[in-house]
Amino acid sequence: MVVGLKEHFQQVLPASGFCSLRAEHERNEIIHVRQNVLQPIQTFEDEGGMVTRIDGGGYGYAATSDLSAAGLRGAIERASQWARETAGRSVFDFSRVAMPHPQGEYETPVTRAWDSVSLAEKIDLVKEQCAKISDDERIADFEAGLWYSRTTTRYYTNEGGAARRVIHRLYPFMRVTAAAGSESQSRGFGGNPGGVCLQGGLEVLEECGWTSAAPTLSAEALELLAAPNCPTGTMDLLLDADQMFLQIHESIGHPLELDRILGDERNYAGTSFVKPEYFGSFRYGSDLLNIVFDPTDTRAFASYDYDDDGVAAEKLYLIEKGILQRALGSIISQTRADIPGVANSRADGWRRPPIDRMANVNLEPGSASMEELIAAVEQGVYMKSNTSWSIDDSRNKFQFGCEYGRMIENGKLTQVVKNPNYRGISSAFWNNLKQVGDRSTVRHMGATNCGKGEPNQVMRVGHVTPAALFAGVDVFGGD
Amino acid sequence: MQEGTDPMQQEFYAIAEHLFSCLQGDEVALCSFEGEASDFVRFNHNAARQAGSVTQRDFGIDLIRGRRHAEARIALTGERETDTHRVEGMLAELRERLPALPEDPHLLYATEVRSTEKIGDNGLIDAPEAFGQIVAAGEGKDAVGLFAQGPVYRGFANSLGQRNWFTTHSFNVEWCFYLRDDKAVKTDYAGFTWEQAELGKRMARAAEQLALLDQEPKTIEPGKYRVYLTPGALLEVAETLSWYGFGLKNHRTKIASLLRMTEGDATLAPGVTISENTGGGVAPNFDMHGFVKPERVVMIEGGRFRDHLVSPRSAKEYGVETNGANGWEFPEAFEMEAGEIPQAEVLARLGTGLYINNLHYINYSDRPACRMTGMTRFATFWVEDGALAAPLNVMRFDESAYRMLGSNLIGLTQERSMILSSSTYGGREVSSFHLPGALIEDFTLTL
Repeated sequence: MVVGLKEHFQQVLPASGFCSLRAEHERNEIIHVRQNVLQPIQTFEDEGGMVTRIDGGGYGYAATSDLSAAGLRGAIERASQWARETAGRSVFDFSRVAMPHPQGEYETPVTRAWDSVSLAEKIDLVKEQCAKISDDERIADFEAGLWYSRTTTRYYTNEGGAARRVIHRLYPFMRVTAAAGSESQSRGFGGNPGGVCLQGGLEVLEECGWTSAAPTLSAEALELLAAPNCPTGTMDLLLDADQMFLQIHESIGHPLELDRILGDERNYAGTSFVKPEYFGSFRYGSDLLNIVFDPTDTRAFASYDYDDDGVAAEKLYLIEKGILQRALGSIISQTRADIPGVANSRADGWRRPPIDRMANVNLEPGSASMEELIAAVEQGVYMKSNTSWSIDDSRNKFQFGCEYGRMIENGKLTQVVKNPNYRGISSAFWNNLKQVGDRSTVRHMGATNCGKGEPNQVMRVGHVTPAALFAGVDVFGGD
Repeated sequence: MQEGTDPMQQEFYAIAEHLFSCLQGDEVALCSFEGEASDFVRFNHNAARQAGSVTQRDFGIDLIRGRRHAEARIALTGERETDTHRVEGMLAELRERLPALPEDPHLLYATEVRSTEKIGDNGLIDAPEAFGQIVAAGEGKDAVGLFAQGPVYRGFANSLGQRNWFTTHSFNVEWCFYLRDDKAVKTDYAGFTWEQAELGKRMARAAEQLALLDQEPKTIEPGKYRVYLTPGALLEVAETLSWYGFGLKNHRTKIASLLRMTEGDATLAPGVTISENTGGGVAPNFDMHGFVKPERVVMIEGGRFRDHLVSPRSAKEYGVETNGANGWEFPEAFEMEAGEIPQAEVLARLGTGLYINNLHYINYSDRPACRMTGMTRFATFWVEDGALAAPLNVMRFDESAYRMLGSNLIGLTQERSMILSSSTYGGREVSSFHLPGALIEDFTLTL
């Protein structure tokens, strides 16, 4: 990691306007075993910085991997040029934003550090998981792995702001595919788009269930291979946490992003059905719907102390008892729209400018155990582990698919069904929220691959959620 | 020592040469490079939202001793002494790691030296000036989008003496003119030589199309409809097919979306031929293991599966020849052959149905059946008796590729569009899709 960075920055500060430097050093390591063969271990050691300038009402940025004083001088000149070029022809007078100058230190609490265990031992640990996968001849593919990242961010401003945070993340994965002829069924740990991702060290592996997942995934993949398709009909739907997280992500998280509401994303990720006048009064869901922005849970994937514009992060209600309260809007979007927001200005690394993002967007638990949720269903289906997701431009008409389904009849789990899918419209769906699972059903979930922004950024987001039960949902199966 | 003609190329070769000089015994090293110096202007309401520049240089190392090897990627700074120090540090780390690693049975790298060089002309103008022209051309319109431009670099070098280099100077403006709510016309202007007049023409054409949206939108019921997918809409289907469709590894592990074509008797329509046309695309013709790609790999021919995309690892694992596919075995120069329908006859041949300019957010809803769901987006029209009748509110579809490009495909257009990727995840992607439009019957809309 580059030393003397603060001094380099202070040597080259511009005379006027706002200037910040967000320098990031990130090390990623991925250990991946597929079909008992260790794949090449992926190591990526990345370091660079982004300079942001607000001057004369314009906004400019420049990203460089050269963090010497000369490199930063060049970046500041380029960012300043962009601020000048866009002054007077920007969406907004950026000088209206009171950019903060934070002071702070934060590091993910870790009890068993990644580096405290040798590479050979970590490889053995992953191989052990693969060895637990069934040797049934119908198992066509299987894999397991660990993706660790350590990100150190140093943030400095022209008025003395100096904050440092170190985030340790671990994403354990596992997947089993059973096949017969041209038919195949897969089961993944946490589902397809990531699923179980956490902050912490190796201690999280047992906590999250990765070290005990292989036999269940093998059995379920084989079970699905012999199962009938999910039937078509309108019925109750019980979603487990490893599907709920993406339902929250797509139909609550994204529509509440203030930059979408302001139209910035209309050419790419899309807009939102949520209008500025909805905040404070719109009924988003039933009384049971309580959604929080919570960057304070130290195990959740996207926790931090300050966001990438230096705003202190705190837990806040986005939706309380079903009523929309505030947006996922950063300090810049809040000032543009005059709508309350949160500390969610985030970039996916030093190469991209921060935009409005989810961090941890969570459903607060209710009071029903899993057994009580099942018992409450006369005719319905239980689904777990996301495998397919799609939603429209304004985040209304969605369709999701899960890996594993099971019918519920008269309060009991019955037949396993494959290719369970469901579709609906966001607000109507959340207004049919019938029961919310208690703390025993809560899991720390998230995604490593949330795409948004121009230029594009892939973001790590967290969702801590219980299981939940919905009434009157259109469900169906595969071809 | 080979120096190259591009400064970034010289830098890469110099660092790689230094690394090779540090090798010990029978060690072999493969080095790769991905870099760019990009300007980006994100705009909304025809005004700047975020403008900036990004310079990045990523250096890959694969240190090989016998069948053992260790890989890493590091960010370089462009400052020689710092970069030399970083590369030496990573080399030492990889060397230390090797004894802990088992032999890799799927390791394959090029041992026949085939050096190549392609450096494109620079026809770009100053980025702020280009942005000024975009704002001027969009005056009075609610324009939202991204302007991106600058050089993109790819390089390969190995200690056996092979050197490959690729530089392209490209730009891509992708924007929407919005009328209201979700009603918009999406257009792009991408290439290698910036021409203000061409930008103006495309902006004017988009403005004309926008006027067509200024009517009461129609809402239709779910059901089966006759539809026309423009090349821009078919792009989304092609991108989804590329994901799990053609790679050998996906087929052998039974997770491929087109598995029923290789393990069963499923076919697409006889008029459907799909290739990886590296010779006609914009991507570099070498991979990161030193293999030079063939001019063309035909994956689907006359509706039947022909050849897989094969990465070096899959080639070694399954005992076949590699065709230089990337690790994901994902096409980078996707081409679909043209059909028989003249573009001028599309509306008449459509008759009554949907004219779909853009699709959105497609995902497999039943991958083994190659069924995919997604949304219509932007300028989608209801067509009656061969004439655009009204803009259409967005609809969800859920349809199998075996129907939309198979049993229900009426035909493909004679004219095709060359679409350069506008993806900028991690960096500006260098890939392309060359596609016709598709006329389809009984296309299933569900919501």
